[in-house]
Amino acid sequence: MIPEIGHYALIVALCLSMILAVLPAWGAWRRNTTAMGLAPGLAVGQLVFVTISFVCLALAFLQDDFTVKVVASNSNSLLPSMYKFSALWGNHEGSLLLWALILCFWTTAVALLSPQLPMQVLSRVLSVMGGIAVGFLSFSLFTSNPFERLLPGSPVDGSDLNPLLQDPGLIIHPPLLYMGYVGFSVAFAFAIAALLGGRLDASWARWSRPWTNVAWAFLTLGIMLGSWWAYYELGWGGWWFWDPVENASFMPWLAGTALIHSLAATEKRGLFKSWTVLLAIFAFSLSLLGTFLVRSGVLTSVHAFATDPARGMFILLFLAIVVGGSLVLYALRAPAVSSRVSFAWVSRESLLLFNNVVFLVATLTVLFGTLFPLFMDALGQGKYSVGPPYFNAVFVPLMALLATFMGLGPVSRWKGDTVARWKGELGISAAVAVVCGLTLPLLGADYNLWVALAALLAAWLVLGLVRDAWYRVRGAASLGSGLRRLTPSYCGMLLAHLGFAACVLGVVATSQYNVERDLKMSPGDSETLAGYTFEFLELAPVRGPNFVADEARFRVTKDNELVAMLAPQKRRYLASGSVMTEAAIDAGVFRDLFVAMGEPIGSDGAWAIRLHYKPMVRWMWLGAIMMGFGGFATALDKRYRRQRRAATASAQGVLHGA
Amino acid sequence: MGPRLKLFIPLILFAVLALFLLRGLELDPREMPSALIDRPLPEFTLPSLESDTLVNRDAVIGEVALFNVWATWCVSCRVEHPYLNQLTQQGVPIYGVNYKDEDQDALRWLQELGNPYRLNIVDADGSLGLDLGVYGAPETYLVDAGGVIRYRHVGVVDERVWRDILQPLYQELLEGRVP
Repeated sequence: MIPEIGHYALIVALCLSMILAVLPAWGAWRRNTTAMGLAPGLAVGQLVFVTISFVCLALAFLQDDFTVKVVASNSNSLLPSMYKFSALWGNHEGSLLLWALILCFWTTAVALLSPQLPMQVLSRVLSVMGGIAVGFLSFSLFTSNPFERLLPGSPVDGSDLNPLLQDPGLIIHPPLLYMGYVGFSVAFAFAIAALLGGRLDASWARWSRPWTNVAWAFLTLGIMLGSWWAYYELGWGGWWFWDPVENASFMPWLAGTALIHSLAATEKRGLFKSWTVLLAIFAFSLSLLGTFLVRSGVLTSVHAFATDPARGMFILLFLAIVVGGSLVLYALRAPAVSSRVSFAWVSRESLLLFNNVVFLVATLTVLFGTLFPLFMDALGQGKYSVGPPYFNAVFVPLMALLATFMGLGPVSRWKGDTVARWKGELGISAAVAVVCGLTLPLLGADYNLWVALAALLAAWLVLGLVRDAWYRVRGAASLGSGLRRLTPSYCGMLLAHLGFAACVLGVVATSQYNVERDLKMSPGDSETLAGYTFEFLELAPVRGPNFVADEARFRVTKDNELVAMLAPQKRRYLASGSVMTEAAIDAGVFRDLFVAMGEPIGSDGAWAIRLHYKPMVRWMWLGAIMMGFGGFATALDKRYRRQRRAATASAQGVLHGA
Repeated sequence: MGPRLKLFIPLILFAVLALFLLRGLELDPREMPSALIDRPLPEFTLPSLESDTLVNRDAVIGEVALFNVWATWCVSCRVEHPYLNQLTQQGVPIYGVNYKDEDQDALRWLQELGNPYRLNIVDADGSLGLDLGVYGAPETYLVDAGGVIRYRHVGVVDERVWRDILQPLYQELLEGRVP
């Protein structure tokens, strides 16, 4: 019964979203306040019904209702409840429902948190988002119904969730990632609403900026979690593979990064309007493209969902309508003449433009690399695969170039600046950065030029930021009052840019100084790696809720002092029989120690053991977390709220006047 | 070009992309160029990984077996490896084709992860791979006792793939019920 309630709720939600897609937009066109006034209510109604549907599916999972097909194929009665719940989005149908739920959540958030918006704008924004919801809800209902029953012939027990997904990181990774993906629909909806209304101005940028930053922050954290999960769960210490599905999440992030910077120029200076609108369309289109790539089966990937050509066709059609439609609208309505606002070549504007060019090139590089196998196949040139060497070869120089100019960004002035001033402001920072670059690698195992370059760039970024912040704070009565002078958007920028510097350092240091060794070890053996002694104490059988495992227990010491006890496992999951490697990691600020079990060798208890010493690997994720929280912080800025109060009055006026 | 026309460029680019995606839907990246199914395993004479001898086609045919194309640079191979170990334990003969790889890396891998293979054919320059029509690792071929390729699976062989696809065919071939 419960699954049927969920199914009906989903149908009701689809009907509501159809009304939402049409009525308020019509109201905005005909200036019909009644029609426009319905939009927030419809958005809330949509959310309520999709939530009911979601809860019903969650109940089916938690109650082991194996008559429901997705439950039978993705859950098991032995699975811990936490994973029964997250199994909901560990499959195509359920994750699509999560997509729809998050979309409705964002729609409602816009409806309720935007009293400052003129009614017409709000109605158009909500209608566009309603239109997207129509697409996704009908995709769910018509091609991937999560409530499909297996009757008769439902299995006694389910075939279990893929053991790779039985992990706390994977409980929150998809929701965060989707918050980001789908969050870009808000920026997209604002862009379309602005094109429809014909008013592309600074206020449009100011309205969509906090939403875009928050969505970008979620996406950053989501990608970070995915990489972290790959690191400890896949069991061989890698953290990024340039896999099509990873790229699918990385492309919107790159485009989104360009967008948040270009929105800054549009808000502050009224520049790059058409370009910003295009980026907003681009970022969300890439989210949709990612969905298409992951779910249509056009590309092979380790973690693509089960695929089906009908689904692929549906998303492609949807993609064509949404992206094609919005690009037609863009071509017809975007301002064709460049704005009258001018800026000098040496200015913050041109640096932001440079940022945009770098990120656009990066996005297109990843897009091209991801789709290259498809292009060649479609042109009859045979089957190809593109690997990390291609991506690294393009990406590393791009990021180095970016970091060089990024150091100038925060210090630079709008409109016009002079190289002489930059020299005065940053001369000392540059000198110190060079010293850092030359000396910091001495702390590592051996002198490495890549690390030297990374240290140079990171120091350049950090010193520029610190100096800029210091200039803003100094002169205040006390440090406290000086710090209070910094706005949340400035602090967010500071945090995010510092995070980027940490990321650069972490990625380069861990790639260059990583030490790994594969050994045959028996209990009693010990091995020294980068100064750490790993002692294999014993091998023990362990039993988990739905698996049995061999556990190797290690004692790690350095200079005869205990550093950590590590217990990697080799698990065999009972329902599916799949074997999984559970690495044991001792995490630290400056290094991770990583032990994973390979296969047993011979019958005397010897195992193939992989030992890793990974310096500064945490910096990469720490940096990403800082970027994410920086993104959140910017949205707290007072100017978005101050605007709200002033605008509420005028919106009331519009409402009463119409 | 007029300023308004320039704004159509993104639309045109997207249209081209969409056409490719549409074509992509018809193509199956896992699809076998059907030419080799039911054709004999190509002739080859290549070194063996484990010893310094050369192996040829005759050395590896004679019973129903799996030919698994793998490499140490292949992420998915690592995913599938434990399952191959299990299959070997169940008595399924598996031959390895170590594809475009370094011998040292491959030997280390086998030492570390276990060796499910009867023997490994070193296909360092990918010549056998070319004859087989391999476009990426892992790929697994089911070859019957007469040395005829009966099935090709692209991607990871796991419990589901084995149970649903390969095992039924394997059993049929063992029992000689092949059309």
